[in-house]
Amino acid sequence: MNKPLRRISLFCGLLVLALLIRTNWLQYVQAEELSTRKENRRVQIAQYATERGNIIVKGKPITGSVATNGSDFEFKRTYEEGPLWAPVTGYASQAFGATQLESLEDGILTGNDDRLFFDRTVGMFTGEKKQGGNVITTLNPDAQRAAFKQLGKNKGAVAAIDPRTGAILALVSTPSYDPSSFAGNSKDDEKAWVSLKDAEDKNLVNRALRETYPPGSTFKVVTAAAALEHGVVTDINAPTDTPEPYILPGTKTPMVNHASGCEKAPLNEAMRVSCNSVFANLGNKVTRDKMVETAEKFGFNNDKIDIPVRAFASVYDKKMSPDGNALSSIGQFNTAATPLQMAMVTAAIANDGKLMKPYMVDQLTAPNLDLIEKHDPQEMSRPLSAANAQKVREMMVNVVETGTGAPAKINGTTVGGKTGTAQHGEGNKKRPYAWFISYAENPDKSSPVAVAVVIEDSGADRENISGGGLAAPVAKAVMEAVLKGQR
Amino acid sequence: MSVVTNTTTIGAIELPSRRNTELMLLGFAVVIPMFAYANVGLAINGKLPPGMLVYGLGLGALAGVAHLVVRRYAKYADPLLLPLATLLNGLGLVFIWRLDQSERLQNLAKRSFGAFSPSAPNQMLYTAVGIALFAAVLLLLKDHRVLQRFTYISMAGALVLLILPVIPGLGADVFGAKIWISVGGFSIQPGEFAKIVIAIFFAGYLMVKRDALALASRRFMGLYLPRGRDLGPILMIWAMSLLVLIFENDLGTSLLFFGMFVIMLYVATERTSWIVIGLLMSVGGAVVVASFASHVQARVTAWLDPFACYTTSGACEQVGQSLMSFGSGGVLGTGLGQGHSDLILFAANSDFIFSTVGEELGLAGVMAFLLIYGLIIERGVRTALAARDPFGKLFAIGLSGAFAIQIFVVAGGVMGLIPLTGMTMPFLASGGSSVLANWALIGILIRISDTARRPAPAPAPSPDSEMTQVVRPS
Repeated sequence: MNKPLRRISLFCGLLVLALLIRTNWLQYVQAEELSTRKENRRVQIAQYATERGNIIVKGKPITGSVATNGSDFEFKRTYEEGPLWAPVTGYASQAFGATQLESLEDGILTGNDDRLFFDRTVGMFTGEKKQGGNVITTLNPDAQRAAFKQLGKNKGAVAAIDPRTGAILALVSTPSYDPSSFAGNSKDDEKAWVSLKDAEDKNLVNRALRETYPPGSTFKVVTAAAALEHGVVTDINAPTDTPEPYILPGTKTPMVNHASGCEKAPLNEAMRVSCNSVFANLGNKVTRDKMVETAEKFGFNNDKIDIPVRAFASVYDKKMSPDGNALSSIGQFNTAATPLQMAMVTAAIANDGKLMKPYMVDQLTAPNLDLIEKHDPQEMSRPLSAANAQKVREMMVNVVETGTGAPAKINGTTVGGKTGTAQHGEGNKKRPYAWFISYAENPDKSSPVAVAVVIEDSGADRENISGGGLAAPVAKAVMEAVLKGQR
Repeated sequence: MSVVTNTTTIGAIELPSRRNTELMLLGFAVVIPMFAYANVGLAINGKLPPGMLVYGLGLGALAGVAHLVVRRYAKYADPLLLPLATLLNGLGLVFIWRLDQSERLQNLAKRSFGAFSPSAPNQMLYTAVGIALFAAVLLLLKDHRVLQRFTYISMAGALVLLILPVIPGLGADVFGAKIWISVGGFSIQPGEFAKIVIAIFFAGYLMVKRDALALASRRFMGLYLPRGRDLGPILMIWAMSLLVLIFENDLGTSLLFFGMFVIMLYVATERTSWIVIGLLMSVGGAVVVASFASHVQARVTAWLDPFACYTTSGACEQVGQSLMSFGSGGVLGTGLGQGHSDLILFAANSDFIFSTVGEELGLAGVMAFLLIYGLIIERGVRTALAARDPFGKLFAIGLSGAFAIQIFVVAGGVMGLIPLTGMTMPFLASGGSSVLANWALIGILIRISDTARRPAPAPAPSPDSEMTQVVRPS
């Protein structure tokens, strides 16, 4: 009987061996995949097991953590002035996940990032609880508050950049939301979440980065830059050959002007009063492909603008017909831009034609405040020469001093700007968007701030919606806040 | 069968009894769970658990009693079985206590039953009763061959035990599996005891019938096929295990009985054909049952891809949770008391307790546990090899084989190697029937190994050897 016994013994050995192989497969080969599956609640438990690190604005945390009861998620995110900072922070909710900075820098904030490995290892031996690192942003709280306050109940967005470095100073979207209201996973959190998610005002959308609008007349600065760069115009005060009425190429449609005196108007004057015909004519002369080239140097058609939160790509159509190109040159037709994009355009012009890569995370630090990563300002592109930038600035200053941008005037400071009133909707029936882009200059000719403001839908009548009247005061407040902070 | 040779000219050397080895190993088997217990307490509450001393003394006392009984009544028994069982039982208690501390499981109990009662104290009680049963086996069963007399009574007993859960009023349907009966407030799993009783029947029956089964056969395609009339018993067992599967929805138990029977049949007859026939029949039966039993189908679907049906099927969620437990444990585990294996919720401290081992002790811990189980199986097989009587051999291999299959089916189920079945990890899982039956099983193996290793009594002096003179021609 012993021979079969030995075989049975082998069989039992094989059973155990099969289990041993299986456990190696599960716990070694597949461990990573299984432990990070979306079904695996441990991922969220770990995410909320420690106090998250904070997102910091000018030395002050705008986030916090609070211990929760009766949940396996130990800590809940809290936000200081949530609606104000929501476009910057995004949210980190126990029940509904995380977005934007909270999601992108999750590794640092939770302390799970590889670069914090040393801190974790030390913590393991000293018995300290794992801590999250901090994310230090470039934002300027005064500018942010000014923009938020000025937008008030209007639907709109503001993006402000330091043209010299690309640092983002303000990023506001209204109507906003309070990420604290659904940070937990209780019934109340769910209610708040559902009402926000389905809100007609799209509160959860970060309009400054994730919404594109027809830029309207503000786009004329891009057209002006293209005309100068490609040699279509050299002297901004020389008359152009624009007829009145200007007929769109290949059609019988005349270009409507809202301003008078546009016939043969020089570029400078056309910018001041915002002549559609002149810019349509110039855009047509520059030709579509060269317009595309300049627009793309400013950042259009780029779907990888990460600050580090990714902004939507702004569009300048590459395949349209000449009449479409002429319309696009005044910021209508298929042209669409995010507020951030228009702020980048303004910043490049203000910075002598050098476009700096926009960014809003300046430093990442370890829990003990050791520096992990610091952002070095980088040049992104050079859409126009310094001399041409100077010419565009001259025109923009003219707009504010004597033209449509007067409400943005700041005493004792050189300010350049451009208004825009973009039509949209079928047959332009909907309320137009009010735009304003501007920059302020220091006495040394460098510019500390470039800002773009868009107001989607104001309570005011259609007639009263204009970039100058509605959006310019917002831009002015932001510029003043930045300038004041410098002194 | 091994032939023991003893000569009168060489005095029988006293075999080492190895009892001191056993005592030393028992020391470890008590101390290791105590450390584990302290570890859990420190991890969960930041301080040593309150009943630490009582727990240690209790486990130590139980192990001590068991050891003394073995030393007195089974002196030559295998020295590893008792310490290994004690270690598993002790660690099982720690895991059960650890899961008692889980807020998720406490809330679940409050939601389902209105109140939460910890399982660890009950398990401690069952352990005490189990070790008492172990001692009783050794005290009362002086020679395992006595059990041969109960061959057919065992058969009847096993059938009754298997049928009990189906009897209306007595059986209890728990989550689709009808393997419990409730008597006076206690839930009993008769299948656990049936495992031993049926092994007695198989061993007794096969010992008598082995020659008929082995020799009267026809050769067909290289296989020795048994005669029709000899196929009777195997068909009956097959039918019985299928009935268990159909009426009690218990895939595991039916697999266990059938596997045990095939193993014992093969050992008894030494005919490979039985294995082939057995495998064909079990596969055929399983396929047939799976084709119409929705309970089994759900388990198979869950096994094939638990995450495909994770949100729609409870069976899939269980398997998925268990797999994620193992995966999240990784190589070294999260440490005792620091995992989230309680996310499984259902049967976390019984059917799925091995997932907690996987998560909190990691790959290293799971391998250690599997090797401990493997060692128990190996000692059982060794006992079968060393046993001097065919009944003992068959009985020992039947019990060890059943033990091995049970480990494979349970651990394989929670690790997604095979479809999940409702059985418990011996000694680890919470549940009185399992603990009692397995201590009895260890007791029987110890009794057989004692008989096997005991030096044969010196043969009576043979008058022939004294009187016969051998004259060699020079």
